[in-house]
Amino acid sequence: MRTMKLTLHIWRQENRNAQGRMETYLLDGVNEHMSFLEMLDVLNEKLIKEGKDPVAFDHDCREGICGSCGMVINGRAHGPWYRTTTCQLHMREFKDGDEIYIEPFRAAAFPVIKDLVVDRSAFDRIIQAGGYISVNTGGVPDANTIRIGKETAEQAFAAATCIGCGACVATCKNASAMLFVSAKIAHLGLLPQGQPERMQRVLNMIAQMDKEGFGNCTNTGACEVECPKGISLVNIARMNSDFLMAQLK
Amino acid sequence: MDTTKQVPGLLAASIGRKIVMGITGLFLCTFLIAHLSGNLLLLKPLFDPNDGGKAFNEYAEFMSKSPLVRIPEILMFIGFIVHIGLAAKLTSQNRNARPQGYVFQANDGKTSIFSKYMGVTGSIVLIFLLIHLYSFFIKHRIIGTEETMYDTVKIAFSNPIYVIFYVVAQILLALHLNHGFQSGFQSLGLKKNPKWNALINKTGLWFSILIPLGFAIIPIIMYIQSIA
Ligand code: HEM
Ligand code: SF4
Ligand code: FES
Repeated sequence: MRTMKLTLHIWRQENRNAQGRMETYLLDGVNEHMSFLEMLDVLNEKLIKEGKDPVAFDHDCREGICGSCGMVINGRAHGPWYRTTTCQLHMREFKDGDEIYIEPFRAAAFPVIKDLVVDRSAFDRIIQAGGYISVNTGGVPDANTIRIGKETAEQAFAAATCIGCGACVATCKNASAMLFVSAKIAHLGLLPQGQPERMQRVLNMIAQMDKEGFGNCTNTGACEVECPKGISLVNIARMNSDFLMAQLK
Repeated sequence: MDTTKQVPGLLAASIGRKIVMGITGLFLCTFLIAHLSGNLLLLKPLFDPNDGGKAFNEYAEFMSKSPLVRIPEILMFIGFIVHIGLAAKLTSQNRNARPQGYVFQANDGKTSIFSKYMGVTGSIVLIFLLIHLYSFFIKHRIIGTEETMYDTVKIAFSNPIYVIFYVVAQILLALHLNHGFQSGFQSLGLKKNPKWNALINKTGLWFSILIPLGFAIIPIIMYIQSIA
C-alpha cells in the first residue's frame, strides 16, 4: 500500500462575511485507498488534536448520489476524474509530494458559509418555482399504465439523474446554472405527467434562476464535461426551445 | 404552480437574451454571405481584363441606389446594434456572477476555447467594422466622393498596413464564428438531435474557415496586383 505526504492549500473562511484566505497544511501518511473526503477527515482529526478549527466541508452519502460534497480541487469541480463526485475521488490519483489546492464552489449565487461549504439554497428556490407537477400522484403506479416510448423514457431518466450538486455552476466561466435548470425542466417536460404545466414551469424556473444572479450560458460546454452525472447540453437546447414556445403561446 | 407569472418579454429573461443573441448572430452570418458574394466581383478583372472594376462598380451602384436594398440594410444595422448591446449586457452579467475567482486555474481540455473569448474577438471585429465603415460606406454614402467604389478599394488595398489589418480582422472573425455559428443554433434550441448536431458543427467549422478566407484573399490579391 502506497502512502504519501501532501501539501494542502485550503480556503479558510470563518463565516459568510469574513475575509477568507488560502492556508497551507502538511499531511503525512495519506493512504492511496482513502477517498478524498477521508483524507480531509484525517486532516481534521489532526487539526482537532492540535486544538485548531477543523476544515468545514459538505458531505452526506459518500457514495456519489447526494451531491453534497462540492469543492474545487486543483481548479476542477469534484477534482480531476470525469463523472465523479469528490467522495468518489480516491487518493491513488495523487502521488507523494503533490500540492493540492482546495477551494469552495465560486458563484455570487453560492455564497460561502464556512471554509468549503457554500449555500446552494438558490437551487432549492429554483425547484420550488416549478420543478414539480401539481397533482397528487398517489402510490407507486403499476408498470406501463402510462405508456412512454423507450427513447423518451431514457432521455427523461438521463435528465433526472442530476443530483443538484452545482458542479456545473462552479465550473462554468459565467457561473451559469443553465445545465442544472435545463435538466430539471427536461426531465419533467419529456414525460406526459409534465405536460400540463410545461410552459409555466419553464417561465417560472428561468425567472427564479435569473433572480438568483447566475450568469448566462455561452455554450462553452464545461458544465457537461465536469458534471458527475454526464448531464447533456441537449437539455439546454430543450429548455431554450421550450422557452421560445412559451413566448410564442 | 404559480401561474400568475406573466410571460416576460424576450429580453427580460436570460434565455430570451441568449435566443436574440443567437438570432442576430446567425442573421449577421447571412449578411456575411451576401457581402462576400458582392466583394468577389472585385476579382473579376483577374479573369476578364476588359472589366476594369466595372462589375463591382455596378454592384456598388445597385446597393446604394436600389430601394429594395434599404430594408435588409436597415435590418442589418439593427442586427449589429442588438448583437453588440446584448453582448455587453451578457458579458457584464457573467462577470458579476462570479465576483471571486479561483486561485488555481485549470482547464479540462475538452471545451470550446474560443467560446471563452467571444467578447474579445467580437470587440476586435467591431473596431474593424467601424474603420471599415469609415473607409467605404461613410466615404461614399455619407460624405460623397468622385472616386468609383472600385478605385477606393484599390487604393485602400495598395496600403500594406490596411491589408494586414484587414486580414488579421478576418482571422478574429473566423475565431468568433468558429464557436459562434454552432452556438447560435444551440441558443435557439435547435441542437437536440445528435445527427443534426454533427451537421451543424461541421457546417459551422467550414463556414468559419471559408467565409473569412474569402474576405481575406481579396485584399491580398489586390495588394499583389498593386505592387506588380
Ligand atoms: C459580422 C459580425 C458578427 C457575426 C457574424 C457574429 C456572429 C455571432 C454568433 C453566431 C454568435 C453566437 C450566438 C449565441 O451564442 O447564441 C455570436 C456571439 C457573440 N458575439 Fe458576435 N458576431 C459578430 C459581431 C460581433 C461583435 C461586433 C461583437 C461585440 C462587440 C460580438 C460579440 C459577441 C459575443 C460577446 C458573443 C457571445 C454571446 C454569448 O455567448 O452569450 N459579435 N456572434
Ligand atoms: S447538471 Fe450535473 S453538475 Fe449540474 S447540478 Fe446536476 S448533476 Fe450537478
Ligand atoms: S457525499 Fe453524496 S455525492 Fe459525495
